[in-house]
Amino acid sequence: MSDVAIRVEGLSKQYRIGARPARYKMLRDTLAGMIATPVRALRSGAAFRGRNGRDPKDGDQKFWALKDLSFEVRRGEVVGIIGRNGAGKSTLLKILSRITEPTTGYADVYGRIGSLLEVGTGFHPELTGRENVYLNGAILGMRRAEIDRKFDEIVTFSEVETFIDTPVKHYSSGMYLRLAFAVAAYLDPEILIVDEVLAVGDREFQKKCLGKIDDVSGQGRTVLFVSHNMSVVKSLCRRSVLLEQGQIACDGETSQVIGHYLSDAITASRVSLEDWGDRVTSGEGRLKEFEIFDGTGSPTNRVSIGDAVGFAIHAELFRPFFDPCFALIIHNSLGEPILNLRSLHDGLRFGMVQGRVSVRVWVKSIGLYPGRYFLSPCVMDRREKDIDFTKLCCILEIDPAPGPHGDLQLDPAWGKYWVPAVWCQSLSDSG
Amino acid sequence: MMGRQTIVSAVTRVEAGLRQVAPEPPEAMPMHVLRIQPSRGWVSLRLGELWHYRELLYFLIWRDVKVRYKQTALGAAWAIIQPFFTMVVFSLFFGRLAKVPSDGIPYPIFSFAALVPWTFFADGLSQSSNSLVGSANLIKKVYFPRLAIPIATVLSGVVDFALSFSVLLLMMFYYGIVPTLNIVWLPFFMLLALVTALGVGFWLSAFNVEYRDVRYVIPFIIQIWLFSTPVAYPSTLLSQPWRTLYGLNPMVGVVEGFRWSLLGNAAAPGLIIIVSSVVAAALLVGGAYYFRRMEKYFADVV
Repeated sequence: MSDVAIRVEGLSKQYRIGARPARYKMLRDTLAGMIATPVRALRSGAAFRGRNGRDPKDGDQKFWALKDLSFEVRRGEVVGIIGRNGAGKSTLLKILSRITEPTTGYADVYGRIGSLLEVGTGFHPELTGRENVYLNGAILGMRRAEIDRKFDEIVTFSEVETFIDTPVKHYSSGMYLRLAFAVAAYLDPEILIVDEVLAVGDREFQKKCLGKIDDVSGQGRTVLFVSHNMSVVKSLCRRSVLLEQGQIACDGETSQVIGHYLSDAITASRVSLEDWGDRVTSGEGRLKEFEIFDGTGSPTNRVSIGDAVGFAIHAELFRPFFDPCFALIIHNSLGEPILNLRSLHDGLRFGMVQGRVSVRVWVKSIGLYPGRYFLSPCVMDRREKDIDFTKLCCILEIDPAPGPHGDLQLDPAWGKYWVPAVWCQSLSDSG
Repeated sequence: MMGRQTIVSAVTRVEAGLRQVAPEPPEAMPMHVLRIQPSRGWVSLRLGELWHYRELLYFLIWRDVKVRYKQTALGAAWAIIQPFFTMVVFSLFFGRLAKVPSDGIPYPIFSFAALVPWTFFADGLSQSSNSLVGSANLIKKVYFPRLAIPIATVLSGVVDFALSFSVLLLMMFYYGIVPTLNIVWLPFFMLLALVTALGVGFWLSAFNVEYRDVRYVIPFIIQIWLFSTPVAYPSTLLSQPWRTLYGLNPMVGVVEGFRWSLLGNAAAPGLIIIVSSVVAAALLVGGAYYFRRMEKYFADVV
């Protein structure tokens, strides 16, 4: 018997995407769109059936979400799948869970596979907790007898015993999640595929989920775990696979692979954001450019701890916004956010603005411990809903430096952030 | 502090739980190998797999039935009210005013015997057509044979059918109609109605994923179909050979079959039923294959 659990060979998945939405929506466009829609529907219908769907005029583009992926997972291995948004992580999980088919290539799966891309799939608010346990169990592939046998344990684990015969629409979100996760926790496949959406809910619940995954892997089961949270991947998975634009960029020991994560961020004092891929956008505006300055105002991407640093964000708003909010998130090398600067919180008001808008922000003394940091500029509306958000796109290096009163060479193991504090000797009364 | 204890105890409980239900050692189990690869052209129906998932099918039906009766104020009464009032309206306008012939049977029971299977078909058709789009959340998150979704939707209508059918029996009692031996054929006509609803449901639900316009066309289809089915009038209005050709609409076979087996009017509509059965079977098989062929796009498009 071979000890391979999953073998992936030349796996690729192609998606079709429509044209980018128009920038200015006018009645004329809408009307034209109304007339064009049936025509486009017919055309894309032809494409849908796999006939000649290539028509550059309607902007029907193809892109490869996964391109020629090959790897093997051994029995009992716990493998982290990491990468930026849109790198193909979810697509890979969906193919392995048989939700969608690959375009080319294949994957061989040895053993019963169970996937948790979401907890509580198929939960119906009108049904009681008890009814939902059975329904959800059946959807996840459990036999009725199996659910009967595990029912009491599931309910005990979920800690909602008292409300098990109440419709779940009356549950608090915490209870709902606990029950949903409890069902999933008792699914015992030989191979488990887990998406990071599991890491929702309160901290305690997250711990419970992660504890459970650790548990499963401890029993010699194979686990594939997708996450953005590098510290979790580090603690759960010995091996990780880094995906970049649908391809394997790195495969090996987690601590080494994590070093390559985000390595495609740009090292420069002036970064064009126009074509940055990893972004969340509403289509109502676009970030154009980002700049970093030192205390004297000269461009750089390297400053010393304790020094002043400035940033400039240039954006274009396609429609008028009242008091938009610019933000800059600074992440550590694991991608965890450390600092979050927001123009609205610091009192910058624009009134009504449209078109090109630029802001500058200064931090008088940056206290980040020496190391590499990743920056995510963002522009939001007044309610702090993303207009355009370019994630982890450029690098800021913080150098060690002598402080005003001594050496500020700080080890990241001691702490994350330095702030100047006032110390004095107080008179001891214990003597 | 409390929080941590809860976690620890919860995790211990999981461990205990897993130990109890731990699967047999892997040596004892046959190794299950699955190859995931692109499918090409016409694919197999994989009915065996559908059978394997029969419990899921059962739970989906059970959910549909339960939710339908829980969410509405009148609950199960709707299954009766809808065909019953249609019958009242038909009796008034077609029976009384327009004096539509009814093969010598009292008009109310003549139309109701047709409305019972018709309502089952029409509800099954409209609900199964929207079933895939309505289950988008499931389709995008879990794997199971997708055919289970429209099948469960149509089958959940059987409960409504049983309710309205019992009203039909009461009405027969009221009108003093004693069913003949023909009634042994009734399950066959029920099956024919089911096959037709499933066949059309497969086509329309798969089509609806691709073209959302289908949703708007369905009420229209049902209306046209109702008038082209002898629900409010008898098919004897047509002369041969048109009457047999009329059976190309499989609901003609269903409706005429119901009347014949329950009310025992006129001669057996044999030819119509053969034509209708062939068409219904073709719809079902063709629909199932079309559905399976389109299935691979569902998760990407829905």
